[in-house]
Amino acid sequence: MAKVSKIRKSKKRSKVAGSSSKKPPVVYDDEQEEDVCGAEEDVSSEEDDGEDERKRQKLLEAIGALGGKRKHALAERSEAAVHMSEFSMTADDEADLSDLIGTIEKTPAATAQTKKHLKNLQRSKNTVECPLSKQENERIQRDVAFQKAALEVSRWQSIITQNQRAEQLVFPLNQEPSGPKPIEQVVMGWEARTPLEKEIFSLLAANKQPILDAVLTPAEEASVKAMDLEQVKIRRAERQKARALQSYYEAKARRERKIKSKKYHKVQNKAKRKEFVKQFEELVKTDPAAALEELDKMERARMQERMSLKHQNSGKWAKSKAIMAKYDEGARKAMQQQLEVNKDLTQKLVTSLSKEEEEEGEGNTDMLPDFVNDAEFKQDSSNPWMRGRLSEDPTEMELKDTMDVTAEGASAVTKEAEEEEGSEAEGTEEDALLREFDSRRKQRQDQESDTSAVIVNDGDDGVEEDQVTEDKVAEISDEEEEGLSEFTRMYRGIGKSLEKDAGSKDGSAELEEGLMRIRSVDDVDLLPQETPTEPQQAPTPQHQKSAEQQPSRSRKRKKGIELREVLTKETKVIKVPLAPTVTDSEEKLDQRVLIEEAFAGDDVISDFAREKRKREDEGKPKVIDLTLPGWGEWGGLGLKPSKRKRRRFRIRTEVPPPRKDQHLPSVIISEKRNSAITPHQVSSLPFPFENPAQFESSIRTPLGRTWNTERTVKKMTKPRVVTQLGAIIEPMADEQLLKGKKKVSARRRSRNTKTRTQPAK
Amino acid sequence: MIINYCIAKLNKFLASQVKRPSVRYWNEPQKEDKSRDGENTGEAAVQQDRRAKKRKQKDETSKSDPFPGSAPIPKDRLQKFKRKDKITKPPRHYRKLKQVITRSEEASDLALKQAARFDLLLPEDAGFLEGDEDEDTCTISQEDIAEAVDITSGAKYFNLKLTQFGPYRVDYSKTGRLLLLGGRRGHLACFDWQTKQLMCEINVMESISDVKWLHTDSMFAVAQKQWLYVYDSNGIELHCIRKFNDVLRMQFLPYHFLLATASATSFLQYLDVSTGKEVAAICTKTGRLDVMCQNPHNAIIHLGHSNGTVTLWSPNQKEALVKMLCHQGGVRSVAVDKMGNYMVTSGMDKKLKVFDIRALKPLTSYFLPAGASCLSLSQRGLLSAATGDVVQVYRDVWSTPVTKPYMAHRVRGSVWGLQFCPFEDVLGVGHGEGFTSMLVPGAGEPNFDGLDANPYRSAKQRQEWEVKALLEKIQPELISLDPTDLGRVDRATFEQRHQEKVQSLGFDPHAKEKFVPKFKKKGRSSAGAVERRKKQVAHVDQRVIKMFATSCRINK
Repeated sequence: MAKVSKIRKSKKRSKVAGSSSKKPPVVYDDEQEEDVCGAEEDVSSEEDDGEDERKRQKLLEAIGALGGKRKHALAERSEAAVHMSEFSMTADDEADLSDLIGTIEKTPAATAQTKKHLKNLQRSKNTVECPLSKQENERIQRDVAFQKAALEVSRWQSIITQNQRAEQLVFPLNQEPSGPKPIEQVVMGWEARTPLEKEIFSLLAANKQPILDAVLTPAEEASVKAMDLEQVKIRRAERQKARALQSYYEAKARRERKIKSKKYHKVQNKAKRKEFVKQFEELVKTDPAAALEELDKMERARMQERMSLKHQNSGKWAKSKAIMAKYDEGARKAMQQQLEVNKDLTQKLVTSLSKEEEEEGEGNTDMLPDFVNDAEFKQDSSNPWMRGRLSEDPTEMELKDTMDVTAEGASAVTKEAEEEEGSEAEGTEEDALLREFDSRRKQRQDQESDTSAVIVNDGDDGVEEDQVTEDKVAEISDEEEEGLSEFTRMYRGIGKSLEKDAGSKDGSAELEEGLMRIRSVDDVDLLPQETPTEPQQAPTPQHQKSAEQQPSRSRKRKKGIELREVLTKETKVIKVPLAPTVTDSEEKLDQRVLIEEAFAGDDVISDFAREKRKREDEGKPKVIDLTLPGWGEWGGLGLKPSKRKRRRFRIRTEVPPPRKDQHLPSVIISEKRNSAITPHQVSSLPFPFENPAQFESSIRTPLGRTWNTERTVKKMTKPRVVTQLGAIIEPMADEQLLKGKKKVSARRRSRNTKTRTQPAK
Repeated sequence: MIINYCIAKLNKFLASQVKRPSVRYWNEPQKEDKSRDGENTGEAAVQQDRRAKKRKQKDETSKSDPFPGSAPIPKDRLQKFKRKDKITKPPRHYRKLKQVITRSEEASDLALKQAARFDLLLPEDAGFLEGDEDEDTCTISQEDIAEAVDITSGAKYFNLKLTQFGPYRVDYSKTGRLLLLGGRRGHLACFDWQTKQLMCEINVMESISDVKWLHTDSMFAVAQKQWLYVYDSNGIELHCIRKFNDVLRMQFLPYHFLLATASATSFLQYLDVSTGKEVAAICTKTGRLDVMCQNPHNAIIHLGHSNGTVTLWSPNQKEALVKMLCHQGGVRSVAVDKMGNYMVTSGMDKKLKVFDIRALKPLTSYFLPAGASCLSLSQRGLLSAATGDVVQVYRDVWSTPVTKPYMAHRVRGSVWGLQFCPFEDVLGVGHGEGFTSMLVPGAGEPNFDGLDANPYRSAKQRQEWEVKALLEKIQPELISLDPTDLGRVDRATFEQRHQEKVQSLGFDPHAKEKFVPKFKKKGRSSAGAVERRKKQVAHVDQRVIKMFATSCRINK
């Protein structure tokens, strides 16, 4: 701290000193500054007016002493004193970097490097900030730690979102699809991933092992040749001995496990503990990392103990003992022991190693089977020298020696060896296949890229087609609109005429008259027309139609009202080959029909028009007049409520939307809402949708089997999450992260290729 | 596309036969294309060219499929299964919405394509009658047709001479296997009309106005003089439904299990056959109802009236959904096509009119000299009209103006009932002298849905179908003019819904009780005191009303 401040000041000082060397200093407001100045000038030994300066300084000092606190200044080395500053400075003075540097420059002993360094220090303008307070420091550390953790977590973000958006998730996640796979895929999909595999492959390559299938490797052949009978015999004897030893050991272990004596086990455990402590100490010396791991294991055991209800006297046995404890000394003791065990196990670990060793004494009996396993493994390999591991043999021998001392290390190594062997066998087969299919894979990849391009093309076709259909639809709708507008014009004409004759009877009569006339004229026109020109009509009905239309159009213009157009389109008389024979009943009916046609026909249309008008009126907004004459003003005969009042108390209801049958003169559509269906309808828009049209289009396709093919149904109704029955769902591992990234990048690449192919097309 | 595909294949085959190395199959179809319709397929041709080039490059290394990807689906077939137009995609920043929409679009696209593709599995095609050069098809007699076709089909033309109890009403079962005949004078018979195996024959000793099969082949309803009766296929009377009186016409809605009846007392009633309850009884107030038909598309009942109007009804509404003025005289008969697009009516004014009932607009109008008393539409859209004792069959009445019938046949006596047999090229005509089964080529749907109406089903299959059909029964509430209404968001306002609730419950569940001041003794319930107490609460009510009003406004 002090140093830093000094350095900071030194810079100021140096500036000041520089200026002072050229010009005499004008004003000095600080006492210390002056001190320093004086000191510097001493050092620089350019004293023109040194004497004057000193005098002045002393004077100033005296003045300063007069005012403030009593300053206890140490004297300079000019005279004898008890407290003497080493560097011609008083204790209150602070040393300055520039002061020191000045001396260093002169001393030849200082290296050039340090000089340079110091110079740099002096030259650098920015000051070193003072260290932060503890709280701030901690906060920053927390910040940094949080950022680190956030970064760590945010790495998973992409996978999480990907899974969230996935159409279907199948747990366990990185499951391979079931069912048989093509052999090429299996072979191509396999590659040496783990370091062990890589190592094995490198070893295989280094030892000239056959990657293609062969009976014996060159090395094996050499070894077979090199080994003589004697050696083989010795080896065999060794193996036999090892096997015998192992079986003895196993038998012993079995026997010991069966012993029920508590005391025996106590002794045994103690011995084991001691053994373990010894081992651990050794481990600490030889392999601290392993020791740490050991410690970790202990910690975990402690955690487990804390979690479980073991040794807490809550079990069945403990409860029974608790009842007995009052009367039975032994039971009490047993309970006590249990509690002690619990206490021991749950005790917080202290960093000193010796304590943990004692605690862990019990837990570590599982090391012994490792040795046994190892022996078994050796039994498995019935002919070890035929396995092509000659070069590794010496190392393994070494390991065997050390195995007795450190069982763990040995077990690890043996495991490795096991894996090696397994993968080696695979390797030989798979390498053969690998090479075989490598070319095929490349071919297929090429094909895939081609097909993908083609697919893209197809999609574009679809889009174009869609556009075409849309255009068509637009055309059709335009036509319809035209038709509609014609219709409305006609209907308006009717409406006007109806309004003119308020009674509407006259109007209807007129309408009917017009209608009948048209029809009769038509019939007259049509009937004679068709009989002679029948053979011609049959091939060209449309032509005939247009011919018909022309005269009728001219007639329409004369009348103004085209009811015929509204109610009936032009009729076509159909010629029937078999003339109907008229039965009696029919005749009667016909007569009746005739009568009805003659008299009732007019009623039909006018009744309908009236009904429609009535309906329309019902739907129209009604004005309710609530004005009370004489309320708030004078009332009486001949006095009307004021206009303002009438306006104020007239309530208008909202104008309803236009009727659906507005443009359909011969149709009345009920405006009543069908409320029966509302309970089955969606009443509020579900979440991601912005407007009803979107939602409606999203549910437009039915899901059922009645309307879809089986595949579609399965595709559309597949569940969001599928879990395999009985499978353990592990939390995601880091590898998943990498895989996901790869996938994403691959997809991006493929998308890029797609976009590249699109413009090319 | 398919043609190109075929041509290409053919060319390939030819090339391999002749062994001309220079000719490549991909060169040929392009020329064909250009000659046929250059403009339309020009693009495709260019594309094919490009593909061909690519293929050429690839062929050097390895032989590959000349037509990669799945086979193209013809556009018209896609159009057939299309449900609604796609909507425009939302802006990019609505990620979730976009995802949902793209997924649903993908699914419906897949469904559409798959359905169109699997349409290939319907191999049967409808035939039709074709006359010689100058021969009208309507002059070909039934005997000639029966002679010309194979024996089994020929056997489908027959006459039943039942002079005693006529005229007859006719009804085929949904699968088209069984035929039900109901004579005006009480004769009732049901039989398998193909094997001519009689199942039951009784006389109900009452006049019969209509007969109808119910959901299975084992039950049918008969509208007798007074009540409605239900018999089983052995002729045993199962029910006599007294709620349904004076029924004149009946329609059965197979997917709703509803029997709709129209009575002489102008009542339209719905009977739920699965539960036996009356679903709705609507007084139409339009007089005698003797013209009735159903729209198979949306289960709406069409009624024809003597004032020339046709009304559309659903069981959910007491008033007609639509009222159309169709004829100047009374309406004699109505028929609606299978897809629910067109309605054909005939009236006393001797006209035959075709309406587009989606737009409720008239399409074409024909004048029949004798007028049509009965109409019936086949599954493939053939229209049969009975004029007196002549049965005429028309083809394509709505798309092209027709000048003469496709077929015609004279029966004995005036026609009373007329129905096309489903999945068969047969028209059943019930008339005064019995029953005639006519051959009408191209009338029936050649492909049947084995899970819906299978003419060849076994007893076991029938049982299974019955259970499934009952499980999938559509409730009568879902009947509406537009069946897609169900897939629409209910856009009613809060007020509207509240009103409906009040109407259905008969009281307002949210209404606040009126404050009645408690009676207090010692003279503290004087009129003034009571008023004061009322006033204390009044402002609270005011506030509630205000809040309600604002909430309504917000909801709007």
